[in-house]
Amino acid sequence: MGDVEELIKAHGELKREVYLDFENSSPVPGEILEVMLPYFNRVAYGNPTLTHKPGWEAYEAISKSAEKIASFIGSKEPEEINFTPGETEANNLALIGAALRRKEKGRKILVSEVEPLSILHVCRMLENYGFTTVNVPVDEEGFINLERLKELADREVILASFMAVNNEIGTIEPLREAVEIVKDKSPEAIFHTDASDAYGRVRFDVGRLDVDLATISSYKILGPRGIGALYVKGGVSLEKILEGQFGTQKLWPGVENTPLIVGFAAASEKAFSNFDGNVAHMARLRDKLISGILNGLDGTILNGPLGDRRAPDNVNVSFLKCEGESLTVELSLRGVYVSSGSACTRRILQPSHVLLAIGRRFEEAHGSILMKVTRYHTDEDIEYVLQSIREAVSRLRMIYGSMGG
Amino acid sequence: MSRAPLPYSPKILDLFRNPKNLGRMEDADAWAVAGNPACGDMITFYLKVSENEVIERASFESYGCAANIATSSILTEMVKGKTLKEAWEISWKQVSEEVGGLPSVKFHCGVLAVGAMRRAIREYYKRKGKTPDWLPKDITFEERQALEEEELAKRLAKRIGGSSVA
Repeated sequence: MGDVEELIKAHGELKREVYLDFENSSPVPGEILEVMLPYFNRVAYGNPTLTHKPGWEAYEAISKSAEKIASFIGSKEPEEINFTPGETEANNLALIGAALRRKEKGRKILVSEVEPLSILHVCRMLENYGFTTVNVPVDEEGFINLERLKELADREVILASFMAVNNEIGTIEPLREAVEIVKDKSPEAIFHTDASDAYGRVRFDVGRLDVDLATISSYKILGPRGIGALYVKGGVSLEKILEGQFGTQKLWPGVENTPLIVGFAAASEKAFSNFDGNVAHMARLRDKLISGILNGLDGTILNGPLGDRRAPDNVNVSFLKCEGESLTVELSLRGVYVSSGSACTRRILQPSHVLLAIGRRFEEAHGSILMKVTRYHTDEDIEYVLQSIREAVSRLRMIYGSMGG
Repeated sequence: MSRAPLPYSPKILDLFRNPKNLGRMEDADAWAVAGNPACGDMITFYLKVSENEVIERASFESYGCAANIATSSILTEMVKGKTLKEAWEISWKQVSEEVGGLPSVKFHCGVLAVGAMRRAIREYYKRKGKTPDWLPKDITFEERQALEEEELAKRLAKRIGGSSVA
């Protein structure tokens, strides 16, 4: 089996490195890391439920962090913020917790077909316990088909989960309309949204949207990994999905990770402190990257919508006659780090379910590359990325050759 | 749909960066394709064969991951100078060993490369209008796997409503 050390060495001295794989992980910027560091060993290292100074410091730090995050999503009660180890855990808590609590009222769950796997696979698991999942289709840009939603929503629905912004193709979903339709047909239904790709980039207010549950994630706004949160509207009750020692978090047992919670709040403050400026910067770089690819290379297809209906950070393009995994390797050797919806990066043959849902053919999905820009990226970064993509695509297309034709 | 870590061997990376025997062969005596774009995995394998059935040259074109490119390339090296019978007997496991070991989720790349090579050998004899005794009548494991991968991609594409070019 391969020697990863050799693989890393093979990259040699890179003249520039541009990380764009913010879908899958993120470095923690120095300014956020600095806020976190004292919480590892200088202050608030106690358990927040215990009666000593380091414990009370932790309690204070966690409460302050919850207050800040609550204010950024339009919640007035910090108790509505429930910290979890991430987006996956928050989504599991939301769906399993709501379904179990309401199983006597009905068994029907509504989701869109482009939800992340931490929604779709949880639904599949719930089906083994007697729940039924109904998938609502999307159009060719990834927007939920609201007419189909009207037909599929009925009194049997106990739970609906629709993402605010699609993580793969950046579609900003008509969430307000979806909530209205579901609540109109089934007033008792719980409405959850995975807002991980909206938070910090697309305006999102739980009060205005009238959602019951909302997932947000730290690393997607350049905070540390291993921390996320589930907003639970006051009065909405969920079954716990893990048991043990509960502390400040009423729905998630175990010792609170104060440095990560503080880092999540600090990253949120940075994202929201100059929200409009950050968004404008990201959207400009996004469009520069998209138009540079589409105008500079033949055989390219943008996945997802353009302009204001797309998240400001998201770029997803399919390159024909290029397989996505080899593109990620080829770009890595040039210091550009991206991910692909190709099946070759996965265990089975099927490529990204989101790209198939918007009608992309298999060979189009296999050649897809997902990139996200941040407020830290510069024009020079994007120009370097464009140059690297042109070189990488041209080399892989040379290997494709005539393919016997 | 879960992801697997892919610690490629240095040999795979080297062949991916500097593939040997790359490109269409205009004077090929036989060539064959295995896989299709819908699989995300496709290889064209070209053979130049001498009078006494020794492979003088082999080349390839590839659409696929780094392991696909590396295994196709190494196989063109492995068959050079071998008789068609000797080349036929190369298994995907030998290909995997030759590139320093494939990660388990990439075994099919080695299988597809061998499948393409064997199809090209069959094509050679078809063009010559003869069937040597040693050539199996039934398709072998590697050829069958290539066929199944092609058919699976077609079936999945049909079920999901996308289209396949195969």
